[in-house]
Amino acid sequence: MTRWLDHLLVLPVLLPLLAGAVMLLIDEQHRLLKTAISIGTVVALTAVALALLLLVDAPSAEAGSPAVWVYRLGDWPTPFAIVLVADRLSALMLVLTSVLALASIVFSVARWDRAGAHFRAMFQFLLMGLNGAFLTGDLFNLFVWFELLLAASYGLALHGSGTRRVRAGLHYIAVNLATSLLFLIGVSLIYGVTGTLNMADLATRIPEVPAESRGLLEAGAAVLGIAFLVKAGMWPLSFWLPTTYSAAAPPVAAMFSVMSKLGVYVVLRLWLLLFGADSGASASFGGEWLALAGMATIVFGAIGVLASQDIARLAGFSVLISSGTVMAAVATAQVGVTGPALYYLVSSTLAIGALFMLIELLERGREPGADVFAVTREAYGEDDEDDPMQTDEIGEAIPAVMAILGICFVGCTLVLAGLPPLSGFIAKFAVLTALFGPPGPGMTVGIPPLAWALLVLLILSGLTTLIAMTRAGMRTLWTRDERTLPRVRVIEIAPIVILLLATATLTVQAEPVMRYMQATASALYAPQSYIRGVLTAPLGRIAPKGGS
Amino acid sequence: MELILSLAIGTLAGCGVWLLLRPRTFQVIMGLVLLSYAINLFILCVGRLRVGMPPFLAKGQIGDPTQFADPLPQSLVLTAIVISFATPALFLVVLLASRGLTGTDHVDGREPEQ
Repeated sequence: MTRWLDHLLVLPVLLPLLAGAVMLLIDEQHRLLKTAISIGTVVALTAVALALLLLVDAPSAEAGSPAVWVYRLGDWPTPFAIVLVADRLSALMLVLTSVLALASIVFSVARWDRAGAHFRAMFQFLLMGLNGAFLTGDLFNLFVWFELLLAASYGLALHGSGTRRVRAGLHYIAVNLATSLLFLIGVSLIYGVTGTLNMADLATRIPEVPAESRGLLEAGAAVLGIAFLVKAGMWPLSFWLPTTYSAAAPPVAAMFSVMSKLGVYVVLRLWLLLFGADSGASASFGGEWLALAGMATIVFGAIGVLASQDIARLAGFSVLISSGTVMAAVATAQVGVTGPALYYLVSSTLAIGALFMLIELLERGREPGADVFAVTREAYGEDDEDDPMQTDEIGEAIPAVMAILGICFVGCTLVLAGLPPLSGFIAKFAVLTALFGPPGPGMTVGIPPLAWALLVLLILSGLTTLIAMTRAGMRTLWTRDERTLPRVRVIEIAPIVILLLATATLTVQAEPVMRYMQATASALYAPQSYIRGVLTAPLGRIAPKGGS
Repeated sequence: MELILSLAIGTLAGCGVWLLLRPRTFQVIMGLVLLSYAINLFILCVGRLRVGMPPFLAKGQIGDPTQFADPLPQSLVLTAIVISFATPALFLVVLLASRGLTGTDHVDGREPEQ
């Protein structure tokens, strides 16, 4: 382990920061240079994330122990240092983010990065915020990363301008500003009770909190939880989400689908770390609420999917179904269910990202006309030839374009509805198998009513998604007037195909992927190695720490 | 002092929430600003209320922690102030854009039907 390799952990934050800052200085006319920098950065980020994943997953000296990588900024001793921590879950989310970012940035090269100023720089800052939030081991730093990525996302949500985006953006910003204030209340209440903000340190102190302060601590945790649930789009805190996501530019919406997963990630991490089985009187605090909120979100999303006339809104409601399913599955607090739920999280996020980009290609040419200046979706109709920006074709128009778009659409439908042979089926099947599997030691025999409810909701939401997607597919693909074929470039369809191929890879490689997810889940349910890894990180060097 | 501070926080937060729920964009932004003031004060008093206490030990000094102010909430509140100062500024721009594009200052971008 060289010293240079130790600094790998800070690269996911530093790279986009530098790239974004450099691109702010470069004039918008140097399109090629900026495109090269942004794609190069995202490719490097993907490589770093994959390297981290492999390093974290590598079997450490003590066999079978999950590795935790700790990077102390400024090399202060923990818990005073602000730490970046990479474990299996963080590495997984980093890989997911960078793969989706790669697809989204390549897609945007075709036209969307010209729809407004500083798109590429804001995109990099969004990546920095996401990566930082996935890596941080400090509660207040989590707030700072949240704010950074939200500030970038405000700009990106408005990218392309137009009345519809500004109207949706106004709600989005107001909701998220209020949420940030809730976040602060929660963080300061928790600090007031425990006197620390380091997540691992918090986990050791929470069991020792005296009974009279416990109410305050739980109130703080609940307020904090609300802030993350708003981000994840839990019902009834999610009414802003479909509108904002469907109004945003397609590559931005694809990135937002992973941003929603940040809320899910934080709940997963903090709830299991702070209120796991070892946390004394507060163990599994709020678990029933998480389960109920998750299920209510699935219901709301399923109804919304059926009710939406517009495919972009349909995709927005699919985000809700996906968040709700992961949340409800995690709230069952069973190791065996959490692993498949993580698998479902990855596959559904990839599919929703692909769907958001695909929608724009499908909708092209359906509603011709509208105004060219506001680069709304409707603007990209048959007036493409008149568009001065379209003179520099990068790729060529593909013949049989509708066939390819149709196949991609079917692929997205299969993953989201959970039908074989793609990864959505495996994910749902594994969740249900684990729910009804033989109870582990210490678990109650028999199947709890919540598990039945989750079974029904999972299958019903799959059915409604299937119906809604089939209806939307028939409307856009079959009843189309042949003369208005959308003009699609290779560079636009390639990212969608790659994302769908990624879900196909998840299917083919289901066994090793599921093994990784199960290892992640069991590490989440046994946070001692995470806590020990963070708190006993040796001074002066950063090495992989193995627990036992 | 505890009473005055808690009354101040409560008043600011109450006014902020009320304004946040109003239908005009300018009221919403004022509500957000008032709420962020309330929360900044709240963070500050999380570190216990101390007047005239130093936050740091002098070099080589061994002191009683009860005789010192907690420096961490003060630095947290500084960060919170910076962020809650910048984001309403951004909101203000969107507010103006919305006013320009929709011609109304209603949060939904259109006047409710009478």
